[in-house]
Amino acid sequence: MSSQLLLQTIANAIAASSMYALIAVGLTLAFGVMQMANLAHGHFFMAGAYTVYALYALRGWPFWAAVAGAVGIGAVIGLAVERGIFRPLRGDVVAGFIATAGLMFVFEVFMGEVWGWGYMRPVPSPYMRAVKFMGASVAFQRVIVIPFAIACIGGLMIFMRYFRLGRALRAVAQDPEAASIQGININRMTALAMAIAGALAGIAGGLMSTIYAVTPALGSHIILPALIVVVVGGMGSVGGVTLAAIILGFVMTFVTTLVDGVTALMVSVAVMALVLAIRPQGLMGHVVT
Amino acid sequence: MSLPNIGRSRIGVLLLVIIGLCIFPFFARPYLVEVAMIYFIWMILAQSYRLIVTIHDWQLYHVVLYGVGAYTSGMLAKNFGIPVFAAIPLGGAIASLMGVAITSILLRTKGWSFYIATYGLAELIRLSWLKFRNPFGGSTGIIDIPYPPVVAGIDFSARIPYYFFSLGVMLVIMYMLYRIEKSRIGDAFKAVSMDPLLAASTGISIPRQRLQACAIGGFFAGIAGGLLVHRLGAVDPKLFNIVTMLYLLIWVVVGGTNTFWGPVIGVSVMYTLFELSRPLIQIRPMFFGLSMIFVLLFIPGGIESLISKAVARWRRQRDVPIAEAE
Repeated sequence: MSSQLLLQTIANAIAASSMYALIAVGLTLAFGVMQMANLAHGHFFMAGAYTVYALYALRGWPFWAAVAGAVGIGAVIGLAVERGIFRPLRGDVVAGFIATAGLMFVFEVFMGEVWGWGYMRPVPSPYMRAVKFMGASVAFQRVIVIPFAIACIGGLMIFMRYFRLGRALRAVAQDPEAASIQGININRMTALAMAIAGALAGIAGGLMSTIYAVTPALGSHIILPALIVVVVGGMGSVGGVTLAAIILGFVMTFVTTLVDGVTALMVSVAVMALVLAIRPQGLMGHVVT
Repeated sequence: MSLPNIGRSRIGVLLLVIIGLCIFPFFARPYLVEVAMIYFIWMILAQSYRLIVTIHDWQLYHVVLYGVGAYTSGMLAKNFGIPVFAAIPLGGAIASLMGVAITSILLRTKGWSFYIATYGLAELIRLSWLKFRNPFGGSTGIIDIPYPPVVAGIDFSARIPYYFFSLGVMLVIMYMLYRIEKSRIGDAFKAVSMDPLLAASTGISIPRQRLQACAIGGFFAGIAGGLLVHRLGAVDPKLFNIVTMLYLLIWVVVGGTNTFWGPVIGVSVMYTLFELSRPLIQIRPMFFGLSMIFVLLFIPGGIESLISKAVARWRRQRDVPIAEAE
């Protein structure tokens, strides 16, 4: 591996880590607040990608306006899923989990019927430039997700720590009953968590739409690495998930570059199995009793 | 809630169904006979999956174990010349071992992490079939897998003999699973799923019960794989992806898991709809996804619970006048 390729791969790995972190933080947040999470989360990401395709590539909106649209769509879908599935099934982890498995089918067919099956929807890159760094050049479009991930996750951490609403979220995550005695409206908190989760998946999908082939299968393609990140990091832990996203981003990118994508996924699962065999609750998860 | 005991009439219905299944292949179109064989395979898969679900280990690797059975049985028969009827149970044994291996890695992982991790490890097995072209054949899989031989003058590679073979295997497995559920083992599984702490305090070893459940369930899933592969004569990794797993989940959830008859009803109703909706192949997944969400939200016990409620109401109405007359 030449040093140029090495640098390029490191840059790509950081970009992949950022994307996984954006997707997985939403998953883990929703899990923390209502003990439920979402197999269809990858399909939220796909919805974001299709939104950018529709608004930017078809309608000619400015790229950033289209990404903002993707954030909005993601949040709306998150709210709808919370209201329609998670709220009625609260307390029944298995039912919630299985219901979102059904939701995967629904989203996939919906996207396929609206936008066409088997067509790759190309989203032209709004920035053709490449970032040059020590002889390596990386497409600007590919690394654009990095500052967004840092800003979003940093913002989320500050929000959870210093803002009234964010602290209320954490209170519900720790003990819903005690939180509701304090006057926190649990329904509003779960809705907020799902809206944030959807918005983060939407922004990731929107930003990565120029890189990925936007097809109805994108959702199921992206979900497995994101789920691995959440499980490795520890359910409900934002810090753990960020750490796991960095590990997985590097593993996936390096193995893909050196061998191939299938092997990369296999190695990632093996890493997950290793972590769970040693620490069943994930790297930074709490022990569930 | 279990079906009310209707003893003799239930056995009568069962006999009628079996007689019906025995005369069916002589009158049905060849295509329908093939569909019926797939139906038997689904029945084995759903019923063995329910056994694991009674201990509350919802997992997402069952279909991949079915694939392990198919690959093992097919490769043993093709590459090593092992007779088909010996290769099928061997496939079941390997599938069972795989299930135990996956679950024992994840024994201490709880709740949602466990479900996800089972999906991940299942994908690891499935991707290894894609990755290692030798011996698994990559994405095109394996072809030219031997058909069953002629035994006692009956050619089991023909449609109708194989139909009866699958029917027999299915009935035997169903009977075994029924007996397991009614035995001490089945009681222990139920105790674990109802209240793990209480079960553990009465001396039931939870990890052991979980491993037992997935060993038995995995074995039958592997047998189902063997049944499939020696009829198709070919196998490829796409047959065993997460979509197939989700369909299995849908059959089981829509039918209900509270009693033995839930998956029977689920597979019968849903797989029939599945075959009937073939013209709408592209939007079909949406219908099944929505129907599962609907059942989870509004009929938590599945179709089966509706039937047992209806029977209970019918009996009450029938019994009330008698009680009043007295």
